[in-house]
Formats: sequence, C-alpha cells, structure tokens
Amino acid sequence: MNDSLNEKEIQKKVRREAFKRNWLLFRQSTLGMIGLGIVFFFFILAILQPILFLTGVWNESVYHPVVGYEEIKVNLLVVECPDEYPTEKYESVEDCPGDGEITQRQIYNPSINPQVGDIHEALLQPSPPSSRHLLGTDSLGRDIFSQIMEGSQVAFLLGLLSAIIGVSISTILGTIAAFYGGRVDAYLMRQSDLVLMLPSLPLLFIISAFAELKIWHLAIVLGVIGGLGGSVITIKSQALQVKVKPFVDSARITGGSNMTILFSHILPNVAPLALLFMVFSVTGAIASESILSFLGLLNIEMSWGIMIYLSQTDGYIFSGMAYWWLILPAGLAVTFLAGGFYLVGRGLDDVFNPRLRKR
Amino acid sequence: MSKDVLVVKNLNMHYETLAGDVHAVKNVSFSVKEGESFGLVGESGCGKTSVAMSLLQLQADNAKISSGSIVLDGQEMVGLTESELRKVRWDGISIVFQGAMNAWNPVVKIGEQIREAIREHYPNNSKDENTEKIKKLFDIVGLDHSNMNRFPHELSGGMKQRAVIALALSCDPKVVIADEPTTALDVVIQDQILKEIKKVQDLLGLSLIYISHDIAVIAEMTDQMAVMYAGSIVEIGPTDQVFSNPKHAYTKLLLESTPSVVGEKKKLRSLDGEPPSLIDEVAGCSFAPRCPDRDTSCNPTLDMELIESSSGHFVDICCSEGK
Amino acid sequence: MNKNVIEVKNLEKYFEVNSGFLNRNKSIVKAVDNISFEIPLGESLGLVGQSGCGKTTTARSLCLLDPKTNGEVKFYNTETKEMDDIDNLDETDLKKFRRNIQMIFQDPYESLNPRWTIKDIILEPLNIHNIGSLNDREEAVKEILTTVGLTPPENYMPRYPHELSGGQRQRVSIARTLVMKPKFVVCDEPTSMLDVSIRISIMDLMLNLAKDLEVSYLYITHDLAVARYMCNRIAVMFNGKIVEIAETEELLRNPVHPYTKRLISSIPVPDPQYQRQEYELNYDELDKIIKNNPDVDMVDIGGNHFIATHNVKDSLY
Repeated sequence: MNDSLNEKEIQKKVRREAFKRNWLLFRQSTLGMIGLGIVFFFFILAILQPILFLTGVWNESVYHPVVGYEEIKVNLLVVECPDEYPTEKYESVEDCPGDGEITQRQIYNPSINPQVGDIHEALLQPSPPSSRHLLGTDSLGRDIFSQIMEGSQVAFLLGLLSAIIGVSISTILGTIAAFYGGRVDAYLMRQSDLVLMLPSLPLLFIISAFAELKIWHLAIVLGVIGGLGGSVITIKSQALQVKVKPFVDSARITGGSNMTILFSHILPNVAPLALLFMVFSVTGAIASESILSFLGLLNIEMSWGIMIYLSQTDGYIFSGMAYWWLILPAGLAVTFLAGGFYLVGRGLDDVFNPRLRKR
Repeated sequence: MSKDVLVVKNLNMHYETLAGDVHAVKNVSFSVKEGESFGLVGESGCGKTSVAMSLLQLQADNAKISSGSIVLDGQEMVGLTESELRKVRWDGISIVFQGAMNAWNPVVKIGEQIREAIREHYPNNSKDENTEKIKKLFDIVGLDHSNMNRFPHELSGGMKQRAVIALALSCDPKVVIADEPTTALDVVIQDQILKEIKKVQDLLGLSLIYISHDIAVIAEMTDQMAVMYAGSIVEIGPTDQVFSNPKHAYTKLLLESTPSVVGEKKKLRSLDGEPPSLIDEVAGCSFAPRCPDRDTSCNPTLDMELIESSSGHFVDICCSEGK
Repeated sequence: MNKNVIEVKNLEKYFEVNSGFLNRNKSIVKAVDNISFEIPLGESLGLVGQSGCGKTTTARSLCLLDPKTNGEVKFYNTETKEMDDIDNLDETDLKKFRRNIQMIFQDPYESLNPRWTIKDIILEPLNIHNIGSLNDREEAVKEILTTVGLTPPENYMPRYPHELSGGQRQRVSIARTLVMKPKFVVCDEPTSMLDVSIRISIMDLMLNLAKDLEVSYLYITHDLAVARYMCNRIAVMFNGKIVEIAETEELLRNPVHPYTKRLISSIPVPDPQYQRQEYELNYDELDKIIKNNPDVDMVDIGGNHFIATHNVKDSLY
C-alpha cells in the first residue's frame, strides 16, 4: 500500500473503490441494467421538455402540453352519402364518407353553408404523427410528445416523493418496533396488519372523493399508506437481526444510550433494505396514479393517466388502432417506467444480497 | 505391503471468478494405502477442502480441475461424466463434511435419509435388507437403533455427527474423507467421535483422509500427513517423522504455535501478514514472503517441488537444502 | 495486599422457560447457579467449560448486558480505590463505570459495525464518554492503532471492516476495547475463529497490553490449552457451577474434580507418541449428585486450589 499518508485522500479512495465495486456488482445483473436504461431514458425525457422550451427549439405556445395549440387544417371534399349500398363509389355505409371526404351533416358550423362538391377546410384534431408532432396531437390540438414528457416529470416526482415518505415512515417504525419490543412492537404490528388488510385502491377512491387530490397530496397519501403497511414488518425483522449482533452489544457495554444505538448502529444497517423498498414502491406509486387519473379522481393538469382518461372521455379509446397515438404512448410509458423501476430494484437486490449473486 | 487405494498426481484445480482464476490447488500429489489414515493439515484458504471436493468432484459450478489425475482403486476419476461419477461417489469414496451435522434435511427422518443413499447404489436391496444394514451401521457408530425413526432436531450434536459418519459408511466405501468433522463440537464429544472414527476404521479396514486445521488431532489420528500452504503441499511424510523432525519452516511454525495442556509451558511462535492471493501466479516458494526462518540457504526463487529428505519424508525444495 | 478488580459472590442468573399450551408450564433454567470468584488487579482468570455451561451468560451479566437474578458483584473504583457494589450505583455512576469494563467478542466479522469506518469504531467509546478534545481523541485512536500493530494508522482509519482480514479485525476490536484503558476486560473466545498461526500473535498482544495497562482479563474459552497460555488462574464450569478453580499449572498437574479430569483427558495432544490417559465420567451420576447437593461451598485443598465437593467425599475422588 504505497498511498500517501493523507487520511482524507485515503477516505476518498476508499469511497470510490466501494462505489466502483457496487457498480460492478449491479452491472452484473442484466435485469438491473435494463431497468436502469429505461429509467434513464424517461429521466432524459423529463428534463428534455424544459430544455427545449428554454432554448427556444420548441415554441411554448405550440408545444405546451396543456395550453399549447397548433392549428392543423386539412382539406376535405364535401360529399353526400347515398341511401342504398353498394354503389360504384362506396361498398357499404362505413365507407362513406371516405378518406379526405366529409358530409354536410358532419360540418358543425352554422355560419357556413357548404355544398356538395366544395372543398371544406376542417381542423384535424386529433392529428396523427407528423414531422412537426412526432406523436401527433390530441383532440385539443396539443402535442402528444410534450405530454409524454410532462407525464414523465409527474411520474418521477410522484414516484420518488411517495417512495421517500413511505420508506422513511416504515424504516423508523420498523426499527422502533424491533428495538423496543414489547407493547410498542405489538401495537405497531397490529397497525401494519390493519393497513395491509385494507384494499389500497378502494381506499384511495374514498380519499379522493373527500379531498381534491393534487400530485403533492397524492404523494403524501400514497407514502403514508405504503409506509404503514407490510414493509414495517420486513424492516423490523431486519432490524431484529442487527440488534443481536455483537457490535450492538459492544456499543451497549461501552455505555451507548438507546438513541445512539438506534440511530448510529441499527438504522445504517437497515438502510440497504430500505433503499430496496423505496425503489419497488415507486412502481406502485406510478401505477396508482395512472389508475386514479384514468378514473378522473385526481386534480392534475397533465399526466399519463390523464392522457388515457381524456382518450376515454373523448370516445377514442375503443377506436382500435385508428387513433393509437392517443392511447399507446401513455399506456406504454406507464408500463415501462413502472417496470423499469422494478427491474432496478431487482438489480439492487443482487448487490445487497450476496447469496443471489452469480460468482 | 498394502496397495495404494487412492493415488493423486499433480492435481491442479481453480475457481473461475469475476476477479480472475483462483488457483486453489497447485500440483498436489499424494497417495493413500489400504487401511491407512492420511492427514491434510493447513489453515483457512490453504486448499484442503478444495482437494477434498476434487476427490469427489463435488465442487462448485465455477470450479474446474485444470490438470492432474485421481486414481481410485485403479480407476481414473478425472474426466468421468457425471453419471459415471455417481456410481463411484459414496460407493468407492465418501465424505463427512464440515458442519455436516447441520446438513440433515429437517423434515425427513434420519433412517430414511440414509436409506436414500443406500438405494442409490444398491437398488436391488429389499427394504428389510436396508433396515438391517442401517442397524449395523448404527451399531458401529454407537447409536441406538431407535434413532432411525427420529428427526434430526431430536438428536444432539454428537449424535448427529455419528449419524453423519453412518451415512458416509452406508455404501461400504473404501476411502472416507473427514473434513473437520468435529469443529463445532465440544472437546469431550470430539474425543468420543474421534475414538469412534478410529474404531470404525480398524473394524472395516477403511482408508481415512482426515482434514483439519488442528495439528493435535492430526497427530493422534493419522499415520501419514501432508502440510498445505496456499494451495500447495509443502511437506509430506509419516506423521511421526513430520512431528519429530519437521523440515519446512511453515510446519515448524504450526508445531510451535500450538499450545498444549501437557508438558512444560513453552514460548510459542506466531506468524505475521496474510496468506498470498491465489489469483496471481506467484513464482517460487509461496511461503517465502512470510517465512520467519529465511536465511541465505533458502531457495525461494525455485519453482515449488517436493524433494525427498529421508525415506518417505518429502519437503518443498526451498527448505530442503542442508536444513 | 493486592486489591481485586472484581469480586463475585453467589452470582445467579435464571431464565424462565415457558412451554406447553398457552405457556402454562413454566420452568426455570439455572444458567448460572451460585458462583463466586475474585480476580486480583492485573491478573487474569480463565473460565473454561463446554457450551451451555454458563460461561457466556456469566460474561454478559458481569458486563452489565443482561441483569443478574441474584448475587453480589463488586468492581474496583479507580477513583475512590474502593470496591463498589454495582447494585448501589445510579445511572450516572453506572455510565462512568462502564469506562472500566469492556468485552472482546469471538466473531471478528460480526463484532464491528460494517457501515462504520475503523476510525469511528475506535472513536465511539471516547465520544460516548466525552473524553478530551476532538484532537485528543484522534491522537488516541492513532496511538492505539499503532500499539495493536496496525501501522501506519492513517492507512486503516478510513477503511471499512470488510476490507480487513479476520486477524486485523480482532486487532481493531482490541484497540477499541483498550482505547479507554479499562481495568477489566471480558474476552469471549477471541481467537477461536482465527487461523492457528496468528492466534499467538493476538494473544501475545493481549498479554503485553495487560502488563502495560494493568488490565485484568476474564478469558472465556472451551480450549484449556489457550486458557493455559493466557491466564494465571482457571475456573472450570459445569452446568452453571464452578467445580474447580486453581492456579493454571496446579490445575493441569493436579486436577481433582472428575469433570476437570475428564476435560483435560479429552484434549488432543500435538505429539503422535503421546498416549492420553483415559478417564471416563458418568455425566448422569454427576448431575444427580450436584442436584442433590446444591449450594455447597467450595473447599480449599491448599495452595489456593478450590473444588466443589458436593458433600461427597470419597466416592468421587
């Protein structure tokens, strides 16, 4: 060991080595790396949007996910549909009006009086993917791609916030239950049992009926519900394992107070498990948000769940592949990001649980 | 002149890991005669358990025998397929593992677990024949017959260990490997188990390979012994001779670092530093960096090789010149 | 007249065991059953026995980890130079007292917090008891690391336990234990998980430090040979009782109690020519005798050699 005797330098070196070692372990897990890639991809999307606005590449009035608008017009021929089918132009009633055509009845504008054979300029909303709108626009002319990016921001914010809140609660409760035992432990375990018993989604429905839930509110609610549930039990069992280790005895013999032992010894050793839980709970948070938004129970301006909700209320959801860009990007985004976080959790599991590692 | 029942020649074994190949067994050669007791002594990481696993080819997935030969009762074992090996395992050679008493399946009765082993090799035996066999085995190891129908948790540590020995003997092997069979046991029980093993060996004419880090146990249990360090054998010979006339510096150190309850209270020696990494290929004597007896007569740069110093007593070349 | 560092009188530690349906059957396990001994300042006592004999329970009670059920334990107070009964100490005194009692554990892998640096591990006792300035504390850490052979200390201070070998970790444990210069250290088989070739170096380190710092050890082990190396006196425990206690060489030359004889006769000797003396012992009979004669004081047979006779003179001896 020919390092200089500078303690600070050695400490930095030690930390770097530890990080590198953990990174190499994580890299071994294919699932973890795939997950990390997905999460990273969506993270780029999330920060891309404000960058595009700030640098002026995107004009906010056009591309804003909520209030942006671009008028896209398309020329349509006014036709009249026959009473009987088939005719030489149309096979059946579904073929009239065809692509690029429109009937007089479909023009909802009393101020103009188009005649058969005229060219009518109509607004194309929602519009399919084009060079200006990579994923098309929705029924209000808003850019879908921008909405996806906005939804990504919402997902990250919500996911991480609720995960942090939840894990903080369950770690503190679990460690306290393990450390003090007795009645405190009994109470906390019954409380966890109760929360586990309650079906979380219906509970969220009820809560959203009483309170207007914005993203912050939802994060806190999800965090608290998640934090009081089953993870308390698992963290408690981990804390119990730490509690009986000789180094805790050693601290006690030296004269360490209960608080010292709790915070300096037990908590740091429970932290890896807590981190794991945190990553997994992000998955649940993202999924919950999309379900609640889909049911219209949330007061959010834009998220992936809202996108799917809108496509349902506008009636496009059963249109099959005709308006796919209104449903697929949002749906896939939820699936992939939630799944991505889960895979990262699996990768972290390999790092923290030596027995699961391949050699 | 009894014949050799196991001959190991230039065995090399390594583990493939992320960090590189770990050469756990380097050029190990020894032979065991019929009815003889052979001891393998060394500290953690010296490769003795790896040798044991190689003999049975029960190594981990990432372990590979790179070269060498293991001839059991005239049959070469290296290179056999798994199904061929299964015929030889337990039938020709068996093992009492380290911590084996904790390896019993907790939800199956002891007798049933031994029966399983016998069925594998003697599929034509009837159930009664097997029961008789197990009863005889229990007699040999000193266990009451009623234990056949007990679950592992109902037996004490010493009893479980006897049952493990019975399991190792169940298919009438010619060679039994005992890998630290008494480490977790109290010294009084250890004494009983060791006596038991000796009795069994005499009774059945078995060859025994005894692996331990405890040199006192090796002294009492073995006729021939080898001292291992960092994957290689540094000294090998009759136990009496190795103890009365140790040639290698490491052997001397082991002998002089073991406190004893008999005799005068002696000043004991100790060793500094760490065993070398088994990943890097070290040229020459692997013990040289830590050797406390180094002087000008040493040959640390020569490749390790066992040289005969007196009849049947070999020592690594580094310590063999005029010592 | 040398003062004692610890005086133990009639120490008892009982455990209640609930069994049966709805925990109706309560039985008492006497893990430590009425033991007494003294350790003079600067001397060491070995506590030898098989697993389950009560030696670890005794250690934990003396370190104030688990409260004792009964008995009197007196420690030497370095300030007043008198013996203090630990029952008479209040919270603050007790905390001051803990500066003088420490324990070294068996498992080098589990006795250091894996998430703390070596420096923090050794600093902890100094921090808890608020000793000296921050600079002083750092100097003390460097000093003790050098003393235990981990030099240069700056190389080890920022590292984590998993980067060190078993032997190095035990040295860290020793450093942490002795940085406060305690008077009494309980050692729970600190070398049994280490390689044979480095055990002696650890034991020598402990012996030297004992001389330099005037520390007394209560050395717990199942290995009589190790106890011989480390201790002036040895006490043999069986089923919660001390059955024999004497100076080390005297005990090995002249064992009197049948259990001691059995113990000594079972230890393998590193000499192929040596024939051990066989000594059989009927445990059940001994158990019965002990049960029928509890609480019999130990008898001095001369030369500071005490044995538990259990009131049976001739049939046992």
